[in-house]
Amino acid sequence: MAEPILRVAGLRKSYGGLTVTDDVSLDLRPGEIHALIGPNGAGKSTLIGQICGSVMPDAGSVSFDGRDITRWNTAERARAGLGRTFQISTILPEFTALAHTMLAVQARQGTSFRFFRPTALDRSLRDPAMQALARVGLDGRAEIPAASLSHGERRRLEVALVLALGSKALVMDEPMAGMGSEGSRELTALLSQLRHETPILMVEHDMDAVFALADRISVLVYGRIVATGTPDEIRSDRLVREAYLGEASA
Amino acid sequence: MPERHAIPVRSLLASLAIVLFPLAYALLANLSGETFHVTLATRIAILGLAATGLNLALGLGGLVSLGHAAFFGIGGYVAGIVASHAMGGEPLPFGLPASAQMASVWALAMLAAGLFALVVGAISLRTSGVAFIMITLAFAQLVFYLAIAWPGYGGEDGMALILRNPFFGLATMRPMTFFLIAFGALLAGLAAFAIIKASRFGAALQAARQNPDRLAALGVRPDRIQLVAFVISGAITALAGALYADLNRFVSPSMLSWHMSGELIVLVVLGGVGRLAGPLAGATLYVLLEHFLGGVTERWQFFLGLALLLVVLMGRGGLMSLLAPKGAGHG
Ligand SMILES: Nc1ncnc2c1ncn2[C@@H]1O[C@H](COP(=O)(O)OP(=O)(O)OP(=O)(O)O)[C@@H](O)[C@H]1O
Ligand SMILES: [Mg+2]
Repeated sequence: MAEPILRVAGLRKSYGGLTVTDDVSLDLRPGEIHALIGPNGAGKSTLIGQICGSVMPDAGSVSFDGRDITRWNTAERARAGLGRTFQISTILPEFTALAHTMLAVQARQGTSFRFFRPTALDRSLRDPAMQALARVGLDGRAEIPAASLSHGERRRLEVALVLALGSKALVMDEPMAGMGSEGSRELTALLSQLRHETPILMVEHDMDAVFALADRISVLVYGRIVATGTPDEIRSDRLVREAYLGEASA
Repeated sequence: MPERHAIPVRSLLASLAIVLFPLAYALLANLSGETFHVTLATRIAILGLAATGLNLALGLGGLVSLGHAAFFGIGGYVAGIVASHAMGGEPLPFGLPASAQMASVWALAMLAAGLFALVVGAISLRTSGVAFIMITLAFAQLVFYLAIAWPGYGGEDGMALILRNPFFGLATMRPMTFFLIAFGALLAGLAAFAIIKASRFGAALQAARQNPDRLAALGVRPDRIQLVAFVISGAITALAGALYADLNRFVSPSMLSWHMSGELIVLVVLGGVGRLAGPLAGATLYVLLEHFLGGVTERWQFFLGLALLLVVLMGRGGLMSLLAPKGAGHG
């Protein structure tokens, strides 16, 4: 089996008396989509935050691409190739879709400290940015300010950003949240193609998307991983049905 | 489908009008021999430049600095101190040549303020919001009290410059000549702002203001970008401070006071935050109100406050948004 690109070991995090991450270990392997499911407040976003550097764990380690990144900041992790999308779309309201994606391209190139050449007509930013937008079907919306994009378009813009960044792995917090069924189907198709390029660790409540996409599923309840397995194994796991799927399908 | 490179004609024309106003005002005043009004135009240009410096940090970077008087005052004191040493023929500290040539005074002023901004920024950028405002204010107050307590350079009373510093062979004491020098510096400051705004750095800086988490998730540290912007911003404001000292032939701690910091913010907000010509528009209105209303009533600041209130209530766009409503992504 291929070496995992991302490995979380013995991670712990508490807020006061509340243990939000309780000895969590999991990994992400090349070519796979690994879904993380669990009830509201289980600690999924907090776990994502610790993987991506916005929340510091109390104990345990995170390693990525063979390096221990536990103490790295968000920007360092992103530069090492860990791409991220947020539970609530995190965009720059004044920037067009194209300006966002051009920013991702310059971030990938490491050229944010250039002061002179105007970006607007710069093909070395524009061309790769347009390619990334085309892959998510937003090339026709390139000049629209992000504040005027629909919810689903913002979701796709976030995917375009990680494509433009050339991330080696993707961590996505509820990519389907707030999408209509049409939008979810489109995004599901997009992510399904993407897995061979970039493995994806994905938090998701939409069970149709999870079972359509995931190669493996982990279930988080009260900060603990209670089960990890293939979609079939998870579907038939008694504990999981009681703790989570039973409620979800009710 | 919207046009790809729609040129914001109206915005360009409005900016051009605002930039050319002090020049036209000074030329007319000079023709009719009203040197006082040439000086008024010079004040507009210098305050516009100081606020353009602040606009880089505040408008593009979202950094509400209540400490820019420190940079303005450091620029002023550098000009004053260099002038007094040159006059007495004493060398400067660190063996720097006591050349009072404006160009070298400016370089020194921008260097000193830039270094100070590096220290202030490195500390204040660990915080944000009100804490950031307070730390920038605290640093500026520190310099203010230092200037008061230091008797060597005038202390509380400030110090007078006997002559304006020289600018190559030009007669800098002639009001129109000095106006043109200040106006040239203003144009350079505006050009720097426009070029930076359109650059990769400018894109990152504006992203840091709108959503630092997004920028960090792309692999760019927002605080580093903001720190560099803060240093450039402080240096530009210091250049204006050096010119201001030469204009008045006087520097005093009032250049360093928190009123001055507040005034610079007012100029930017009044004119239009983040807009190229906004601070200059604000400075123009400010200086004209001060002169023409100040002659009529001592309470002219009340009308300034009223104008400011209107701007804030009407959607924060400032004068520039009245002249040229902002399209997406245009300056
Ligand atoms: N900074 C914080 N301080 C205190 N408590 C926090 C903090 N962040 C999260 N929590 C708590 O930790 C728990 C887990 O939150 P988290 O957002 O990780 O859950 P989640 O699984 O992502 O939930 P959802 O499905 O609703 O997104 C919640 O009870 C939350 O209130
Ligand atoms: Mg969550």
